[in-house]
Amino acid sequence: MTNTSGDVPAIEFRDVTKRFGDNVVLDGLNFSVPQGQRITLIGPSGSGKTTILRLLMTLEELSGGLILIDGDPYTHEYKGEKWVAVPEKRRRVVRNRVGMVFQQFNLFPNMTVLENIIESPVHVLGKSKAEAIADAERLLEKVGMSEKRDFNTNQLSGGQQQRVAIARALAMDPEILLLDEVTSALDPEIVADVLDVLREIAETTDITMLLVTHEMQFAREVSDRVLMFDKGQIVEEADPETMFTNPSHERTKEFLKAVLGG
Amino acid sequence: MTDDIQELIDRLPALGDAVLVTLEMTLGGALLAIVIAVVLGFGSRTQSLWVRGPSRVIVEFFRGTSLVVQLFWLFYVLPVFGFKMEALAVAIVALGLNYGAYASEVVRGSIASVPQGQWEAATALNMTWFHKVRRVIFPQAWALMIPMLANLLIQLVKGSALAYYITLQDVNFWTVELRRATADTFFSYTAGLIVYFIIAYLLTWGMNILEERAKRRLGRGTRPTLRETFSLKPPTNPRLANTQMPAGGGAA
Amino acid sequence: MNDDSIWDWERAWEVLPDLLAGLWVTIQITVLGMIIASVLGLFIALAMRTPSKWLTTPLKFLVDFIRMTPVLVQLVFVYLLLTAVPGYVVGFVVLGVHYATYMSEVYRAGIEAVPKGQWEAATALNMSKGRTWRAVILPQAIRNTLPGLGNYAISMFKETPFLFAISVTEMYKAGQDYGANTFSYIEALTMVGLLFLAVSYPTSLLVRRMEIRLA
Repeated sequence: MTNTSGDVPAIEFRDVTKRFGDNVVLDGLNFSVPQGQRITLIGPSGSGKTTILRLLMTLEELSGGLILIDGDPYTHEYKGEKWVAVPEKRRRVVRNRVGMVFQQFNLFPNMTVLENIIESPVHVLGKSKAEAIADAERLLEKVGMSEKRDFNTNQLSGGQQQRVAIARALAMDPEILLLDEVTSALDPEIVADVLDVLREIAETTDITMLLVTHEMQFAREVSDRVLMFDKGQIVEEADPETMFTNPSHERTKEFLKAVLGG
Repeated sequence: MTDDIQELIDRLPALGDAVLVTLEMTLGGALLAIVIAVVLGFGSRTQSLWVRGPSRVIVEFFRGTSLVVQLFWLFYVLPVFGFKMEALAVAIVALGLNYGAYASEVVRGSIASVPQGQWEAATALNMTWFHKVRRVIFPQAWALMIPMLANLLIQLVKGSALAYYITLQDVNFWTVELRRATADTFFSYTAGLIVYFIIAYLLTWGMNILEERAKRRLGRGTRPTLRETFSLKPPTNPRLANTQMPAGGGAA
Repeated sequence: MNDDSIWDWERAWEVLPDLLAGLWVTIQITVLGMIIASVLGLFIALAMRTPSKWLTTPLKFLVDFIRMTPVLVQLVFVYLLLTAVPGYVVGFVVLGVHYATYMSEVYRAGIEAVPKGQWEAATALNMSKGRTWRAVILPQAIRNTLPGLGNYAISMFKETPFLFAISVTEMYKAGQDYGANTFSYIEALTMVGLLFLAVSYPTSLLVRRMEIRLA
C-alpha cells in the first residue's frame, strides 16, 4: 500500500475540521507535505498547530475531512457518500509510518532507557530483541546517550530524557516525524543540545518532519517551508528566508514581531 | 489458666485447619476481587455508555448493599433459584464481589492517576490498547494501588469471620470452640483475636514488600528500613483518598 | 397467593414494617457509634502526638490490634464478657471504638495537613499551646476530616448488620428473623439489601460533593 513515489504527498489534509465542543479549532483545512520535506508550523497559541500534530498521531479524532498518509486513508474515509472512521486495525498499519516526540518527553518510568527504546520495535514491529538492541545502541550513540543505556528514566535530566525520547521515536523507523514543542519544557542552556541532535537527524535522514516550535532560528535552519497559522487557517506559506525576513501578511508580521521581540 | 493453655495446645492442629479455611477465603476472595476490580475499574472509565453504565451500577450496588446481606443472600436465597453452592464458595463469591467493587474504585483511581501523556506516547509507538495497558499503564498504576489494596485485603480477612455463621470452620469457629471447651471467654477470644492479628500482620508485611518491588521498578525504590517493612501504614496517597472506601480503606 | 412465583409481594409488604423498625435501630447505632468514634478518635490522634514513648508505643499497638482484627469477633467477645450490658449498648460502643482507630488516622492526616505557617504565626502572636490548638489548628484540621467522617459513617452503617451476632434486632436481623419464621428469605433479605442501598448511595453522593467542595 505504501506509495513513496515523488508525486504522492507524505501527508495530505483534505477539508479537515476539528471542533472541541462549540470551539472550532480547524475549519476546512487543506494542505499537503511532499515526501522528505521539513515543515515548521508557527502561529499564536490556540491557532491549531499542535492540534494538527495530534490529529496526525490519532491522539484526537477528526470532526470532518480526511487525512491521507502516502495517499492512504488514515483516520477516516468515504464509503460512497458516507464519512466513516478507518478501523483501528488498518490505522495501525499506517501509524507505523508516523512517529512523535512530545513536549513533556513521556518516557515510560517503569522501563529503563533501553527498554523504552526497544519496547515497540520488538512488540509492535516484531523485530528480534538482538536486532532491536543493536539499533537502539546505534541511536543512543547518535543522540549522545550511550552511557545511560541502563538508567531509569527519572535519573535523567530533562534534556537527556528528550534525547532518549527522540531515539525512541526513531527506533520505529518512521517516514514522518512529528515534533511538538520539543524544547519548550527544557532549561535554556540544554535546548541547544537537543536542537543539535535534531539538526543532525535532519541532515542525515530523509524523514518528513513536521515541527511546532518557538525556536525561530532553528526553524529557519532546518525547514524547507514555514506555515503561519491563525485561527485554524493558514494565513501565509513561504520558504523560511521569506517568512522570517519579508513576510507579506499583517498577522505574520505582528506575530514575528512579538516572538522575535524585534 | 494452665488448663486453658493445655486446652489451647491440644487444639493447635485444629487451629491449623481453621487458619487454612480463613486463608482459603482470603486468597480466593482476593483473587476474585482483583479480577472483578480490574474489569469494573476499566469498565468504569470507557467511553462507551453501554460498558460504563452497567459497570457503575454493579460497583455501586455491591458497595451500597452490606457484605452481611450479600453473604446471607447468596447462602439462603440463591438456592431458591437452583444454584446451590458450597459454603466456602459462597464466602469467596461474597467477599470477592463486595471487596472487588471497592477495589475497582482503587483501580479506576490509580489508572486515572497515570498521566495522559503515557497513553499518548504509547499510541505514538503504535501499541495496541492491551499492550499499552499491560506494559505501560498498569505497571505504573499498580505501584499506586498496592497500599490501598493492602488495606482492603485486611478488611477482607476481617470480613471473612462472618463465614462461621454459614457453617465454615474458620478461625472464628475455632475461637468459639475454644471458649466452649475452656469456659473462659477472655482467654479464648484474646487467643482468637491474636491469631487474626498475626494473619493480618503477615499479609500487610507481604504487601509492603510487593509495594517496594513495584516502586523499585519505577526507579523510585529506596531500600526500606526494617521498621518500614514491618510497619502497618495506612494509605497516604491524597489523590486517591477521595474514593470512598470501606472501613480503614483510605479516608485518611 | 401464587405458589409458582418465587417472589411474593404480600410477604414483602408484610415484612416491611419490621425492616423499617430495624432501619431505625441501625441508624441510631450508627449515630451513637460515630459520636464515640469521632471523640475517641480525636483523643487517640492527640495522644499519639505526645513525645512520651511510654504512652504512644502501647497505644499504637492497641490501635493496630483493634484495627486489624474483625469487629465481628470483637462484638461477640465484649458481649460475652460483659453479660450485664445489653447488646444494643455493646453494639454501638464496640463499633464506636473500632472506628475510633480509623478516625484517629483521619484526624492525624487532618492535623498534618494544616500548614506549618499556621503554627509559626500562632507562635509569633505569642499564643499559648492550648489556645493554638483550640483556636487555630483544630478548627482547620476538623474541616479536613469531614469527608473521612462521612465515609466512615457510611461504612459503619453497612457494618451494623454484624450486630445480629449479639442479638440486636437491627435491620438485617429483622429480615433474618422473618426469613427463619416463614422459611422464605428472598423477600426480606432482598429488601434489606435494597434499603441499605437506598440510604447509603445517596449519602455517599452527598459525601462526594462535600469532598469536592472542601478539596
